[in-house]
Amino acid sequence: MEYLGILFASLISSMLINNVLLSTFLGICSFLGVSKKMSNVWGMSAAVIVVMVISTAITYPLYFYVLVPLGIGYINTIAFILVIAAVVQLIEMLLKRYMEGLYRGLGVYLPLITTNCAVLGIALSVLDKNYAMDFMDALVVTLGSALGYALVIVSFSAIRIKLDSKDVPKAFKGMPIALITASLMSLAFLGLGGLI
Amino acid sequence: MEQTVKLKKKDIFLTGIFKENAIFIMQLGMCPALAVSNSFESALGMAVMVVLVLMLTNVLISALRKVIPNEVRIPAYIVIIATSVTMLKMFVDAYAPALATSLGIFIPLITVNCIVLGRAEAFAGKNKVTDSLIDGAGSALGFGLAIIVIALFREVLGKGSLTMGSLLPFPFEFTFQLFPSKFGLSMLVQPAGAFLVMGVMLAAIVAYQNYKSYQQKIKGARK
Repeated sequence: MEYLGILFASLISSMLINNVLLSTFLGICSFLGVSKKMSNVWGMSAAVIVVMVISTAITYPLYFYVLVPLGIGYINTIAFILVIAAVVQLIEMLLKRYMEGLYRGLGVYLPLITTNCAVLGIALSVLDKNYAMDFMDALVVTLGSALGYALVIVSFSAIRIKLDSKDVPKAFKGMPIALITASLMSLAFLGLGGLI
Repeated sequence: MEQTVKLKKKDIFLTGIFKENAIFIMQLGMCPALAVSNSFESALGMAVMVVLVLMLTNVLISALRKVIPNEVRIPAYIVIIATSVTMLKMFVDAYAPALATSLGIFIPLITVNCIVLGRAEAFAGKNKVTDSLIDGAGSALGFGLAIIVIALFREVLGKGSLTMGSLLPFPFEFTFQLFPSKFGLSMLVQPAGAFLVMGVMLAAIVAYQNYKSYQQKIKGARK
């Protein structure tokens, strides 16, 4: 029971307090790039959640049961990026074969995820024992981070769509005002720091 | 982007720094720019690292461009980049351990920095080795200067001081106090400040560009 409590705390903290986008700055490129259209955002979030969890499920045992015993832990970055690229490729093929509709929905976003730093960043972060204590915890932290990514990118996109129709100073149109919105969101999330 | 016209070496270098500045104009590589710009020193360290990595990968990829088959070029580039970054990480771990702990996860993440793969795809895969070396140096310096400027704003306004020598392996260490730290806007050192400073600076650049094109319009109307 206590173990479940710790896992729940990990989930909340990785989702809200140490949000990947707003406090550790992972995955900002996709955050600023795809958030202009709501339909894109749902596709991207779904793709990130799936790829992140599957990647960590593979990279964590790979590191601790293959790379470290062989004494080649230092090649983790190279190994992980290959695993992520392979996972993305595999999901793409499976979706194409079995779920045509979803494949068309996610289509463009899947390949982009290979270079989404949130995926590699979380896969590398959870190797740290302070960050996640065991395999189960690592998976929960990854899921929490992916959910946090989805939460922030969806709400950010909703604000950005409203901003398009507002009278913003000329120099601030587009990216600058989006960054300032992100800044205010980050401040708001700072307030969640006392949650745990 | 086929390079049919032969570009001058100086132009290749300067385009990367000013006209196609990765951060301010192209908005590539934003994650490290926001994350490491909380202090001047970590930004400087990051800038040096990106310059080294980009020059190395550009040279390697350009030298191997005739060997790598076109269909598998992206995975091949990623492996080359990841190898270079791993080498650099070992080097930093050995010689600047304080910097390595401060930057943490963002050193291996240079692998997925859009600028590095972007320059490989857009330039190094199609051009000669020397040109690629210059292009790599130029683009990376543009990125480096941008994050250093952001970091200067954030550290000076946020803490009221500028520290040198605490992270980088300099033989000296000093703190340059501009005003008492209790008057600093501590919000600027926090994550929220990164977005704010970046947003205001982008707006300033757009305003300057608007002003210049407006002036040109007036000139054109007078003629």
